[in-house]
Amino acid sequence: MNNTEPEQTDAAQPESPRTIDIVNKGLAKRYGREKRFKMYGFFAVAISLSFLALLFLTIFSNGYSAFYQTYVKLEVFFDPADIDVDDPANSNFPGLVKKTLRSEFPDVKKRKEKKKLYSLVSSGAAFQLQRMIEQQPELVGSTMTIEVPADDDVDMFMKGNISRDVPENERRISDRQLDWIDKWLKEGRIAKRFNTTFFTSGDSREPELAGILGALTGSIFTLALTLLLSFPVGVAAAMYLEEFAPRNRWIDLVEVNINNLAAVPSIVFGLLGLAVFINFFHLPRSAPLVGGLVLTLMTLPVIIIASRASLQSVPPSIREAALGVGASKVQTVLHHVLPLALPGMLTGTIIGIARALGETAPLLMIGMVAFIVDIPKGFTDPATALPVQIFLWADSPERGFVERTSAAIIVLLVLLVVINSLAVILRNRFERRW
Amino acid sequence: MSKQKKYTREQRGTVGRIESDNPRMTCRNVNVYYGDKHAIIDVSIDVGRNEVIAMIGPSGCGKSTFLRCLNRMNDTIPTCRVTGDIFLDDTDIYEKNIDVVPLRAQVGMVFQKPNPFPKSIYDNIAYGPRIHGLVGNRQEEDEIVETSLKKAGLWKEVQDRLNQPGTSLSGGQQQRLCIARTIAVSPEVILMDEPCSALDPIATAKIEELIDELREHYTIAIVTHSMQQAARVSQRTAYFHLGDLIEVGETKKIFTNPQHTLTEDYITGRFG
Ligand SMILES: Nc1ncnc2c1ncn2[C@@H]1O[C@H](COP(=O)(O)OP(=O)(O)OP(=O)(O)O)[C@@H](O)[C@H]1O
Ligand SMILES: [Mg+2]
Repeated sequence: MNNTEPEQTDAAQPESPRTIDIVNKGLAKRYGREKRFKMYGFFAVAISLSFLALLFLTIFSNGYSAFYQTYVKLEVFFDPADIDVDDPANSNFPGLVKKTLRSEFPDVKKRKEKKKLYSLVSSGAAFQLQRMIEQQPELVGSTMTIEVPADDDVDMFMKGNISRDVPENERRISDRQLDWIDKWLKEGRIAKRFNTTFFTSGDSREPELAGILGALTGSIFTLALTLLLSFPVGVAAAMYLEEFAPRNRWIDLVEVNINNLAAVPSIVFGLLGLAVFINFFHLPRSAPLVGGLVLTLMTLPVIIIASRASLQSVPPSIREAALGVGASKVQTVLHHVLPLALPGMLTGTIIGIARALGETAPLLMIGMVAFIVDIPKGFTDPATALPVQIFLWADSPERGFVERTSAAIIVLLVLLVVINSLAVILRNRFERRW
Repeated sequence: MSKQKKYTREQRGTVGRIESDNPRMTCRNVNVYYGDKHAIIDVSIDVGRNEVIAMIGPSGCGKSTFLRCLNRMNDTIPTCRVTGDIFLDDTDIYEKNIDVVPLRAQVGMVFQKPNPFPKSIYDNIAYGPRIHGLVGNRQEEDEIVETSLKKAGLWKEVQDRLNQPGTSLSGGQQQRLCIARTIAVSPEVILMDEPCSALDPIATAKIEELIDELREHYTIAIVTHSMQQAARVSQRTAYFHLGDLIEVGETKKIFTNPQHTLTEDYITGRFG
C-alpha cells in the first residue's frame, strides 16, 4: 500500500522481480492489443455505415425525382353542351380534354396524330376536371387555365430519362410529340411541381396517378392491429412463463416451441393465416384484419423472447426485497419487476413491429397483393401494405414506376426510422435507472 | 472449567439448551438442500418471545440460509428444498396451504446485501404499509415514513431528499433504509442478516439501540460476524458450523464458557 514496504521485501529477496517491473514490461503488449481491438471495432462500424450510406444514396438518387411531377397548363372551356351539371359522372370529360388539346393544335388532323396528341396528358386530367365541376358547378360555361398532370412519358422526358438523341423508333416520344412539348415549353406552360398525388392517392395503372396513401393506410391498419394484439399478449405470456409458471416438462415444451416459432419463415405464417383465418373462419380476403392477425402470430414469439430476457435481467434482489416486506407475487411483479423490465419489452416489441412493417411474404399469401385503387377505411376493407406495394411497382416495366418504387422505399425507410426513434425515446423515458 | 467437560471437534450434535421458556418460533429437525448440497443439517432451535437471538459462525456455514427459512424466503430459490418443522406460535409455516404474504408481513427481513427498491426514499418506506393497508391517508403515511427513518437513524440525513432515489444513498445509508423499510410494517419477528456490516460505529450503535428498543415488543433473530455485537445485543446465541448447529445457549455463557471446542475456537479467534 505504501511505497516503503515493497522496497523492503525487495531488499530482502533481490532475486524475485517486483510486480511493477513485470507489469511495466507487459504494458506495451497490453495496450497494443487494446488498440488493435479498437481498430477492429472501428472498421466494423465504418464498413456497415458505408454500406448503409450506399443504400440510402442509391435509393434516394433513384427515388427523389418521384416527389416531383410534370404538369401542363391547359386553357379549358367548360362547354355546357358537353357537361351535364346534374350528372357530371356521365358527362364526357375525356372528350372535353381532347377537344381542348385539339384547339391548342388545330393543324393536327390525322387520327393517328390526334391519338399521339391526346397521350401527352394523363388520363387523370379528365377526372380532375370532373371533380372541379362536381365541386363548383357554376364553372360551366367559363374558360379557365388549369394545370393537369402530364403523361408519364412526358414526365420522364422532362426529368431527363428520355433523350432526344435516341432515334425516334427507339424512343417512347415521337418527334411530333417533341415539337408540341417544345411549343409548350417555350410558352412556359410545362412546369414541375411537388407531387402531391403520390401522397394522396392509392395505386393506379398510370404511374403519374399512382400514390402510396392506400398502401400506407393499409400498413398502418395492419400494424395497429398487430401492436394492439401482440404487445399485451406477448408481455402477458412472457410474464406468466417467467414469473408464475411451474417448472415442469410442459412449460419446457412451450418454451422450446416459442423459440422454434420465432425461427419459422414468415411465409409459413401466411399459409397458416390463409388456412385458418380465411378458409376456416371466413374472414375477408386482402383485409388488414387478417394481415394484422398473421403478423401478430409472427411477431408474438419475438416479443415473448425479448420480454422474457428483460424480465430475467431484473436483479433478483429487487424481487426478494418486495417479497420480504410481504408483497404478493403479483404485486412484486407489477410494482417492481415490470417497471424495470418495460424498457426492454418495448424495445423488443418495436423491433418486432418494425420487422412486421417490412414483411411481404405472409401478406402475399392472404391476398393483400391485389391491385387496389381505393384507400382502405377500416380493418375489413381490401388493402395492400407498403412493402407489397413496393413489390408490385418493382414488377412494373414503366420507368415512372421505377422511380416510384424507390420513392416508396424511401417512405418505408422513413417510417422505420420514425418507429425506431420512437423506441429510443420511449426507452429513455421509462428507463429511469434510479 | 475442566478440559474433560468440553465436547471435541468431531462431535456435531447440538450442545446446550435449544428450548426457550416462552418460544415465538420453534424449529425442529430443519434440513436445507441447495440441489445436492446439504446446507443446513438437522437443526432444532427455539426463538424466544421478546428475545434477541444472535447467530454466529464462520462464513458459508449456513446462517443466512437458516434465517431465510424462518420467513420462507428460500421459496424464491428454485433449487432450494427445506424439510422439518418450523412453527410460528402454533402454525407450521411450511404447511402446504400457508399463505406466505401474511407470514412475511409478520416475519420481516433485512437482507445481507442492501436492496432498496429503485424508487424514491419515501416510496421505499411507504410501500410495505401501503400494500398491507396500514395507512389510510397521506398524513399517516408521512408519519410512518418519518418514525421509521428516525428509528433507523437515517432521518436527519435524508429528511430533505425524500424524493430522491433510494439507490442514490451510500451503502450504509441503503442498509439503514432497508431496516427502516422492514420496521415500517411493524413485523412481530424481525430477521436481520448482518445489518451492520456496512455501517460505521455510530450508525451501528444506533441500530443496536434500536434492536434493544424493539425487543420490548418484537422478537429478533440477528446474524452477525461481530462477536462484540452479539454479546451486546443478544440474550441467546447460536453457533453454526458447516451447516450444523453446534451450540446454543445464553449469550453470556457462550462467550465466557463455551462447551464445544469448535465454539471456543471460533470465539477466541482460532477459526474464521
Ligand atoms: N442459492 C444458493 N445455491 C446454492 N448454494 C447456496 C446458495 N446460497 C447459499 N449456498 C451455499 O450454502 C452454504 C451456506 O450459505 P449461507 O449464505 O447460508 O452462508 P452464511 O453463513 O450466511 O455465510 P456468510 O457469513 O458469508 O454470509 C454455502 O456453502 C453456500 O455456498
Ligand atoms: Mg450470510
